Amino acid sequence: MNHLETRGLTVAYRAGGREVPAVRGVDLAIPPGGTLGLAGESGCGKSTVALAVLRLLPATARVGGSVLLAGEDVLTMAWGRLRAVRWAGASIVFQGAMHSLNAVRRVGDQIAEPVLLHESAETPASAARRAADLLERVGLPPRTAAAYPHELSGGQRQRVMIAMALACGPRLVIADEPTTALDVMVQAQILRLLKDLVARNGIAMMMISHDLSVLADACDRLAVMYAGRIVEEGPARQVFADARHPYAAALGAAFPVVGDPASRYAPRGLAGDPPDPAGSGTGCSFRPRCAVAEDRCAYVDPALWRAGPDRSAACVRVLPSEEVL
Amino acid sequence: MSGTPARPSPRALARQRRRLALSGFWRRYRRHRAGLLGLAGLVLFVLLALAAPLLVAPGDLSVTRAPHDAYQPPAPAHPLGTDNFGRSLLDLVVWGSRVSLTVGFLATLVSVGLGTLVGITAGHYRGVAGAVLMRVTDWFLVLPTLVLAVALATVLSRSTLTIVIAIGITAWPTTARLVRAQTLAVEARPYIERSRALGGGHTHIMLRHVLPNVLPLVLAQTTLLVASSIIAESTLAFLGLGDPGTVSWGGTLQDARRAGAVSSGVWWYLLPPGAAIALVALSFTLCGRAVEGALDPRSREGR
Amino acid sequence: MSAPSAAPAAPDRGRGSPRRIAVYLAGRLLGAAASMAAVTVTAFFLFRVLPGDPVRTMTQGRAVTEAQLDELRRQYGLDKPLGEQFLDYCSGLLRLDLGVSYQYRAPVTELIAERLWPTVLLAGTGTLLAAVLGLWLGTRAAWRRGRVVDQVNTGLALTLWSVPTFWLGLLLIVVFAGTGGFPTGGMATPGVRGPAAALDVAHHMVLPVATMVAVVYAQYLMIMRSSLLTEMGSDYLVTARAKGLRDALVLRRHAVPNALLPTVTLVFLNLGQVVAGAILVETVFSWPGLGQLFYQGLRLPDLPLVQGLFVFFSAGVILMNLLADLVYPLLDPRVRV
Ligand SMILES: Nc1ncnc2c1ncn2[C@@H]1O[C@H](COP(=O)(O)OP(=O)(O)OP(=O)(O)O)[C@@H](O)[C@H]1O
Ligand SMILES: [Mg+2]
Repeated sequence: MNHLETRGLTVAYRAGGREVPAVRGVDLAIPPGGTLGLAGESGCGKSTVALAVLRLLPATARVGGSVLLAGEDVLTMAWGRLRAVRWAGASIVFQGAMHSLNAVRRVGDQIAEPVLLHESAETPASAARRAADLLERVGLPPRTAAAYPHELSGGQRQRVMIAMALACGPRLVIADEPTTALDVMVQAQILRLLKDLVARNGIAMMMISHDLSVLADACDRLAVMYAGRIVEEGPARQVFADARHPYAAALGAAFPVVGDPASRYAPRGLAGDPPDPAGSGTGCSFRPRCAVAEDRCAYVDPALWRAGPDRSAACVRVLPSEEVL
Repeated sequence: MSGTPARPSPRALARQRRRLALSGFWRRYRRHRAGLLGLAGLVLFVLLALAAPLLVAPGDLSVTRAPHDAYQPPAPAHPLGTDNFGRSLLDLVVWGSRVSLTVGFLATLVSVGLGTLVGITAGHYRGVAGAVLMRVTDWFLVLPTLVLAVALATVLSRSTLTIVIAIGITAWPTTARLVRAQTLAVEARPYIERSRALGGGHTHIMLRHVLPNVLPLVLAQTTLLVASSIIAESTLAFLGLGDPGTVSWGGTLQDARRAGAVSSGVWWYLLPPGAAIALVALSFTLCGRAVEGALDPRSREGR
Repeated sequence: MSAPSAAPAAPDRGRGSPRRIAVYLAGRLLGAAASMAAVTVTAFFLFRVLPGDPVRTMTQGRAVTEAQLDELRRQYGLDKPLGEQFLDYCSGLLRLDLGVSYQYRAPVTELIAERLWPTVLLAGTGTLLAAVLGLWLGTRAAWRRGRVVDQVNTGLALTLWSVPTFWLGLLLIVVFAGTGGFPTGGMATPGVRGPAAALDVAHHMVLPVATMVAVVYAQYLMIMRSSLLTEMGSDYLVTARAKGLRDALVLRRHAVPNALLPTVTLVFLNLGQVVAGAILVETVFSWPGLGQLFYQGLRLPDLPLVQGLFVFFSAGVILMNLLADLVYPLLDPRVRV
């Protein structure tokens, strides 16, 4: 059984009387101990998926489909059960550790807080010891526990977030862009740390980033999102090196491989603007920006389709020809 | 005979844009039900103050030839009762709205004008001048305003103008702070840089660019300040610092207290003027909050 | 496990060396001293340089001869040149000498000392209750934004805020003078001694304190509500919910401590309003405090008394703001020195 599975997950935000779809039918699966990378440009709905897993979306969001965490549907769970599952079953390393930590409480207290909440056997003293342990595991001196978030550097804060995420020994960690806003050296350190910790403890991980190369390095499998949908999914190396969906390919090319002279000359980035989430007409939502669009793309909006052994893509060019009208 | 296709002049374009912005503002304002209620109350009281000479005959407010008996409880001839001289309280409240509203508006005008001037100047001229202005503002901000207003009203001669000055001079610092913050935000925008590069002088930038962008904020602040100015006016009048020759709500309350209405339980002498003050202040406050809400982009989507 | 390559720097940037604390304290003290100097100068010139003759103002409405006026001028040192007067006034202030009251014929400092405690008792109790009530109700209103609790609470607060303090007091007196539930004036019943006296004072305090709380708490409620509402969308609250905290705990442990910071600042900034409230409430309820003294000084007007109280009230507010500056770092680690 998969540890995390989403089936037809949809999320729409109500804004100014309209509903803006942010996630439009996402199926994901992570086996116990598996690692999945979720990539896509800003605003494509990655964080929304992450928040939906623990039902943390604001009241303005309407959620559909199902999210199964160890077989239980999070979206229909009773409140008490949901609170028990949060952090103990799955925890999140949030995007932007500056704002995700409480500025007026010591980081040690913030790490110990979920421990005390979820494990009745813990006393404040033992929880504090555990917080110090956790800090050591993420490479911070135990006395960091007495610091306030603003006294730490961005990298240190991100380490604190990771320590906090591991506090209750969850079986799944969701890391939402754990390294944006950090400089390259620190980014590499943090990623290595996360990768090691997850692998050593057999924790499943969903890592979110807009940087395909980072994910390809840290994860077994990759999923690429565009405008609220998964457009390609498969083993990390293959998706990164040989994407079938033109968007996934462009995303891969946007980041040069260090030491690869060919990537220096390859066209980088993607022309055009990100799609308007409110209104996508008929046809493939990527068509306006697609370099290899065909006539049929104007009316066919392809679903994910098998695009090789153990991988799939949502592009007419991988559809078997008889599928096309 | 214009052969060229009608091309709107920049001025006309600007005017049209302003009209659009105004109708958008009104659309957002209408969403605040309390704001509409406040607007209704405000219009009512302004009309009342304007129509007062038609509703109240000059002799009705005379102390010596009052039309009714003293201390009469409400009755059809005098729906809100009479005071210690036999004047109808309804007449007093209607007439009193003139002074209260006038002082409220004028004092607000003084304080908002002063606050805007200081705020824009302090925001525009950074450096020493701005810093000094802000220090003065901060200093005024912590002074106990009522005490200062009372002190001013004590040393100046007793008149409505004195009250206007006393309130106006004590209430400007909050406006100055708000306007300065907004000025800093506006001056950080790129077109100010461009205007400066094109040779726009200080006055030009402050008047043509900063002021129009600060005005919406000032409008909201004005509406809120009128409420507190009216309360301040009644307070000063109640402390005996008003013009004894005019009828105002606070002054009527002071008369009531002097005449012993409190200890003898003549509640109808006290109730109407105070209720009028509270209603007007509440109306202005509700309007001010609705204006703020309609201007605040965060609340635009009705979050 | 192996230690990561880059050992992070010591996580105690910006935490206080004694020198930093001293600099912070010195800065605040200097600011307060500057404000105080400004108040002193204002008080002097406000009552002397503005149009009008202080002695004439003092004797306004009474028949006095020119000789009596001259005598008064001499008595209050008003015949000396302005510079000399100012020096006298400043040196007097340093000796805590605020002059002699015209109507009481007693030193203003003594009068203030006599009347200080009733005011501190009344204003202190009122402010404390108002702060507690306002913060609590403001929190509830923000948490249930747009619901009935919020609408009722903000509506009531706005209405009470619009009501003039003195009028509310007068109404309470009319109501309770009729029913006789609580004393409507003064601070104590003559002749009551011993432990019963404390109870008696508390009994006398009920209506004045209620009036003060009713008008002041509204501000605190609105400030707390809006401050909490701006915190509401913050990321750290999502983190707190993700940890599995109940909503009530998210509010109490995370949102409120953060929202409290701007609120406390504003509470201290608005202390001038408390002074105003005390003046009006004491006047209406004949509470023998500084506010009533001020009102009595106005009636004459008794310029040395009014001027002395102006200086004293301003000094009080400046002092409280200084206190706020010193307390604030304890509440917010980000400004900790
Ligand atoms: N609270 C909200 N109310 C309305 N719309 C929202 C809200 N949160 C997100 N959205 C919209 O939903 C879409 C997806 O947002 P999301 O935060 O999931 O993007 P993302 O992929 O995480 O982007 P980024 O890489 O910038 O973090 C965006 O178009 C965004 O504008
Ligand atoms: Mg995101």
